Amino acid sequence: MAESEFKTKFRAKVTVMFRKSILDPQGAAVERALKSHTAGDISFPEISSVRVGKVIELTIDGIDAGADAGSVEEKIKILADRILANPVMEEYTVAVEPL
Amino acid sequence: MGKNMRAAVVVFPDSNGDRDAKRALGTLGIGARFVWHKESSIEDVDLIVLPGGFSFGDYLRTGAIARYSPVMREVVRQAGRGTRILGICNGFQILTEAGLLPGVLLRNRDLLFLGRDVWLRVENNATPFTNAYAKGQVIRLPIAHGDGNYFIDDEGYKRLEGEGRIVLRYCLPDGMAPNGVAPNGAKGDIAGIVGEKGNVLGLMPHPERMTEPILGGCDGRGIFDSLIADLLSGAAGC
Repeated sequence: MAESEFKTKFRAKVTVMFRKSILDPQGAAVERALKSHTAGDISFPEISSVRVGKVIELTIDGIDAGADAGSVEEKIKILADRILANPVMEEYTVAVEPL
Repeated sequence: MGKNMRAAVVVFPDSNGDRDAKRALGTLGIGARFVWHKESSIEDVDLIVLPGGFSFGDYLRTGAIARYSPVMREVVRQAGRGTRILGICNGFQILTEAGLLPGVLLRNRDLLFLGRDVWLRVENNATPFTNAYAKGQVIRLPIAHGDGNYFIDDEGYKRLEGEGRIVLRYCLPDGMAPNGVAPNGAKGDIAGIVGEKGNVLGLMPHPERMTEPILGGCDGRGIFDSLIADLLSGAAGC
């Protein structure tokens, strides 16, 4: 059947990070911890930068047959712009895969 | 005194400064009512207060979810027609997310929640919110926030400064404001700003929690006294 040729279920992963120009005090604190010996007997002083962000995973199910990852990505980007990220301080990437 | 002034205090899930705001308004004779965030119209008010708290648990970002509550459409509409909008702490964060004020409130520079009194300098007293103070007056108000680190790009900062929209700055008790005096890392030591038309104020400190001697002082009354004086002067509507 033609219908089965189309994926109607997707998983989208939105990664939100502070813009490079924004100081990330949480990342800086983690960096200091990683460089010191506070993580037990392991240290990695060569780490030169740490930034902390967040990942938002969305599952999309039951949309029109014929939707492709590209059109889903366009919609998610609009949502990311409006609510998942604040463009004043954050940037984001969207990755969509069919399930 | 303020009996002819009508105010609404918006209540979001996890607001915690709503009652404080209503009480402060009440002690000044301003009739205030609560408006639940799901309501879509706020009739017959001169002032809308977005109170402090942690609306929607601060999930995603402070103010990010509250900004899409149904009531915010009405707040934006009222702001457009000149109604005074006062965003305190979380209310300030919601106003920036909603685009009614520029910039954003980042996590405090030292990642600590700050709950204590701070000193502030009134940078501009020619606003509906600050006319009861003298320019340069130093006042003491409490702060209680984890995300009060105001940020705006350099261009936006210059614009705020040039247009006199930086209304309150953190300072030392003597009124000196050496660069970096803000306890939360705020750019330009900004504690409060107004919107382009001057009828929207967002500030991190809590004036409503400094309005009676039993609270430790009355320095916050000036914000509300200013609003009353502004209304009486007939300047409402810009």
